[in-house]
Amino acid sequence: MGMTEAILLTIATAATPLLIAAIGELVVERSGVLNLGVEGMMVMGAVGGFVIANLTGNPWIGILAAIALGALTSLLFGFLTLTLAANQVATGLSLTILGLGVSSLMGEKFVGQAGEKMGNLDIPILTDIPLVGPVIFGQDPIFYLSILLVVAVSWFLFRTRAGLTLRSIGNNHHSAHALGIPVLRYRYLAVMFGGACAGLAGGHLSLVYTPQWVENMTAGRGWIALALVVFASWRPARVLAGAYLFGAVSIGQLHAQALGIAVPSQLLTALPFLATIVVLVLISQNVRATLINTPAMLGRPFVPDR
Amino acid sequence: MKKLLIGLAGVAAMSLGMAASALAEDPMKVCFVYVGSKTDGGWTQAHDIGRQELQAHFGDKIETPFIENVAEGPQAEGVIERFARSGCEMIFTTSFGFMDQTMAVAERFPDVKFEHATGYKTAENVTSYNSRFYQGRYILGQIAAEVSEKGVAGYIASFPIPEVVQGINAFTLGAQSVNPDFKLKVVWVNSWFDAGKEADAAKALIDQGVDILTQHTDSTAPMQVAAERGIKAFGQASDMIAAGPETQLTAIVDTWGAYYIKRVQDVMDGTWESQSTWDGLAEGILEMAPYTNMPDDVKAMAEATEAAIVSGELKPFTGPVNKQDGSVWLEEGEVAEDGVLLGLNFYVEGVDDQLPQ
Repeated sequence: MGMTEAILLTIATAATPLLIAAIGELVVERSGVLNLGVEGMMVMGAVGGFVIANLTGNPWIGILAAIALGALTSLLFGFLTLTLAANQVATGLSLTILGLGVSSLMGEKFVGQAGEKMGNLDIPILTDIPLVGPVIFGQDPIFYLSILLVVAVSWFLFRTRAGLTLRSIGNNHHSAHALGIPVLRYRYLAVMFGGACAGLAGGHLSLVYTPQWVENMTAGRGWIALALVVFASWRPARVLAGAYLFGAVSIGQLHAQALGIAVPSQLLTALPFLATIVVLVLISQNVRATLINTPAMLGRPFVPDR
Repeated sequence: MKKLLIGLAGVAAMSLGMAASALAEDPMKVCFVYVGSKTDGGWTQAHDIGRQELQAHFGDKIETPFIENVAEGPQAEGVIERFARSGCEMIFTTSFGFMDQTMAVAERFPDVKFEHATGYKTAENVTSYNSRFYQGRYILGQIAAEVSEKGVAGYIASFPIPEVVQGINAFTLGAQSVNPDFKLKVVWVNSWFDAGKEADAAKALIDQGVDILTQHTDSTAPMQVAAERGIKAFGQASDMIAAGPETQLTAIVDTWGAYYIKRVQDVMDGTWESQSTWDGLAEGILEMAPYTNMPDDVKAMAEATEAAIVSGELKPFTGPVNKQDGSVWLEEGEVAEDGVLLGLNFYVEGVDDQLPQ
């Protein structure tokens, strides 16, 4: 395996958790709910996935546990913001803080233990194709799942009736309610999907990326995922592009350093964030396109008139 | 009247004495501020083991509360101040980036004794304590040069502070003492603890052809990546053998316990004084983990070097040493002064990197 393939593989691994968490949050935000607790749900998924995989010896069961725990954590958010109509920003922030605390507590006994690493798929013959072979056919299973998720979410949002309904709720929950659409039920499902995705992203971190559990191991990736959704102006394909751009810049700067390219490393470390800001500025130039995609009800609680 | 006064004074003295003895029975509060989690497997864990040894040594005579995951910088001041207010008689702040905050709080609480790790500022009630980690890194460099087949090692660095620069330079000098052409690739991750980023840096370095990894960051992720890719690596701050049973060559292990016990005893005896300590392998504030996964002759060389450093016969920063640009830093036989080392901000010749300024 040459260096280019190796770099591409590393980029894919770095981009996958961002992509999964962001695609989940995209669905949540399309339904008009802003859940800032991605980081918290992600870290819960990471600890849950690691602990269960460690106890059962099976990373697959670990991944399922990560998904379940992420969804369960998001239910708490759902109950507070949807049923009780609490402030979404405040609730989301507290969910992050809660997740970081609870995960530290849950994982205390498991710090430093050897993890159950999920192996890579290694499709014979196909992986031998130079350059694209190992990258496309020799990845971990979650990588394929992440690509599948983007396709599925894109199809669901823009090609199905349920997707149209979800988007209409995000644009005007009062009209949707007047039409007899169960707004809160849709939003609950969207929030849980977002939680499950964040949990899966966390599970990827603790079972594939760095198969170990350490406190706060998400290290801000949940926030990057949140930024990616805005960066992508709520379009799934752009989330995919953004996640890989982000991954490429963050891995590329490490390689630049190892090659001895004389650019200040602090600047290189900040590059992915600078790239995000630049793209944000660029897309904000096109106000109309941004407005069409922005869910108008984003962050506004909905209280059905009884 | 005179009698009455004497009597009153006596009563006052007695009650004061009683108060003092009552205070003495209260456990002394010795507080710790940690930059990471106490189970990080590296830096903070080493400090916490020291704290546990301290607690075990003095039993119920002391209490040792601690706060984990305190961010370096302005936020730390609030944490340190809260400790000072809560009746801590002694506060250990265990990261370089707590230095200015420790100094600021110390000024407001002159009766509290502060001990700051790895910095360079002191005051009447602030001691600075440090460990000569670079001694260990010199040994790592020698081992790397012996074990590496490609003659290139990868170095995952955190922040460009003197302690880290000392480490990079000592590693290079150690490696060059075995193989003058040895190359070192440095990657800065600008974090002490980010498992994902450290793993990415490890992968990048390995992809660029290094076959030995060493790190000055605190998670075991680089060790894990090295194990996965089948190369060798060195542990940092704690013995990381569990993360790479067939990968770790040795590790620099920080052993703070004895120092903590001594300093608390000093406070109890009333002999505590502000000072600036910088101990190393000889004083046992730093140990090498067992030399594993290497040929016997390399192990023998490492042990001989360690013994020479302990006896004081070998000092890693001894001339002739050139700076990176080729100009002379240390003349033949000249030993670097501590003052220069504590502010070290340049590389020695042979480091293949630009030092971030």
